[in-house]
Amino acid sequence: MTVIVSQLFTGVSIGAVLLLIALGLSLTFGQMGVINMAHGEFIMAGAYTVYVLQKVITGAGWSLLIALPIAFAVAGAMGVLLEFLLIRRLYARPLDTLLVTWGVSLILQQAARDIFGAPNVQTKAPDALTGNVRITDDLVLSNNRLFILGLAGLAVVALTLVLRFTSLGRRIRAVVQNRDLAAVSGIPTGRVDRLTFFIGSGLAGVAGVALTLLGPIGPTMGTNVIIDAFLVVVAGGIGHLKGSVIVAFALGTLQSLIEYSTTVSVAKVLVFVAIVAFLQWRPQGLFTLRTRSMA
Amino acid sequence: MLEFDDVHVGYGRSTVLHGVSASVPADGVAAVMGHNGAGKSTLLRAAIGLLRPARGVIRLAGEDITKLAPHERVARGMAYVPQGQQCFPHLTTAENLQLIADSRPGGRAAMGEALDLFPALRALLNRRAGLLSGGQRQQLAIARALITSPKLLLLDEPTEGIQPSVVAEIEHTILGLTQRGGLSVLLVEQHVGFALRAASHYYVLESGRVTSSGAGGDSAQQAVREALAV
Repeated sequence: MTVIVSQLFTGVSIGAVLLLIALGLSLTFGQMGVINMAHGEFIMAGAYTVYVLQKVITGAGWSLLIALPIAFAVAGAMGVLLEFLLIRRLYARPLDTLLVTWGVSLILQQAARDIFGAPNVQTKAPDALTGNVRITDDLVLSNNRLFILGLAGLAVVALTLVLRFTSLGRRIRAVVQNRDLAAVSGIPTGRVDRLTFFIGSGLAGVAGVALTLLGPIGPTMGTNVIIDAFLVVVAGGIGHLKGSVIVAFALGTLQSLIEYSTTVSVAKVLVFVAIVAFLQWRPQGLFTLRTRSMA
Repeated sequence: MLEFDDVHVGYGRSTVLHGVSASVPADGVAAVMGHNGAGKSTLLRAAIGLLRPARGVIRLAGEDITKLAPHERVARGMAYVPQGQQCFPHLTTAENLQLIADSRPGGRAAMGEALDLFPALRALLNRRAGLLSGGQRQQLAIARALITSPKLLLLDEPTEGIQPSVVAEIEHTILGLTQRGGLSVLLVEQHVGFALRAASHYYVLESGRVTSSGAGGDSAQQAVREALAV
């Protein structure tokens, strides 16, 4: 029983990481429909923000907390720049967007190598996050995983509140649903696009900060997780935050439970197979919204 | 209030409007009629800025607005109710209205006034707009436009595809608004009787050109029906 609970916790924590990296995509890809292959590099930028801050601020103590808003701003600014310079010219051309942003992702990876060097670097976790919480003798939960779980929860709640209860959130949803109608309703759609991209990319930066707690930082760290993030958003139902949350935790738990009786690689393969099978059965993803047909 | 001066508009290489000149008088109603494909909706889409004229000038209260973005035209007092009862389907009725009210001083009060015009919407505030009937969606679309307290309202076939009882209500509301003063209306409408009752001036479009125009009112019915029969 303890083993199952322990594996479930591991699964939930894997799900929290998946959710954090997918959350930004659920806005830029899920809401706006932009296939931004450079999203992973915004995650990388967030992670390197922690590295740079730890160089500037000696010691790990507060650097992680300070890094969260700064990484959000850095990655968000990169996203706005990308949207303003390239993506806004390609809104009706998804294949071109994919290729162009893939090119940008390669440029950003090389830029990271030039600035920080090709080898991976390590950041130091704050002391408070290096320990464990012992529930029973057999069940031990690591502080960093609990922190990531809390951070993912906070990010989901914050994003939900922004989308559902603020003027900006209503504007974002309106532009997504009917761009022309939003424009003729007096909404400056270009500005809303840039704000949406800022938030979505900023969330990638926050995910990057979280990933520094789990492993080293390198130029390709974003590429390694971006496919998982796309899968979460697609399987959850494009444009549905709730779907992304459920799928992230479901995949995390599934992977953890399979890993227990097999290996990490086998678990990864089986999870991909499960997603492919799920999308064959339900191509629109977990959630869709129903409306009367519009004239 | 609004002037089209030799306006040519199209989609890609296909030109739909060929040198249309027309105007909407201040505090007046201009009705545009014509068969399907005549270019009526294109005229309104050009007026609000969704289509950019290849040639010609559009002026609002004397100002050249030809190159302004739609939201800049709305900021200058234009509002547009597109064809097809369009709304934001995954937003609630209330959110559809709040969206417009949010960004305006006095927006909440304007939202209340708009709901007073269509009281049936009050009971549907928490329902997703995509689940409303066609008539309810059209009422919502008109209410949304009125929240901006427009000086010029562009209405594209407001009674199309709606059950007769709701059509009567919408017609009554539009006629009430035009008689209240302070609002100019450019109305595209297939229903000639209603259009001429509301209009102080009419235009008939045929293949992207104005083929007939004159003063509105019931006395114009014969001339309009003849022009439309061609």
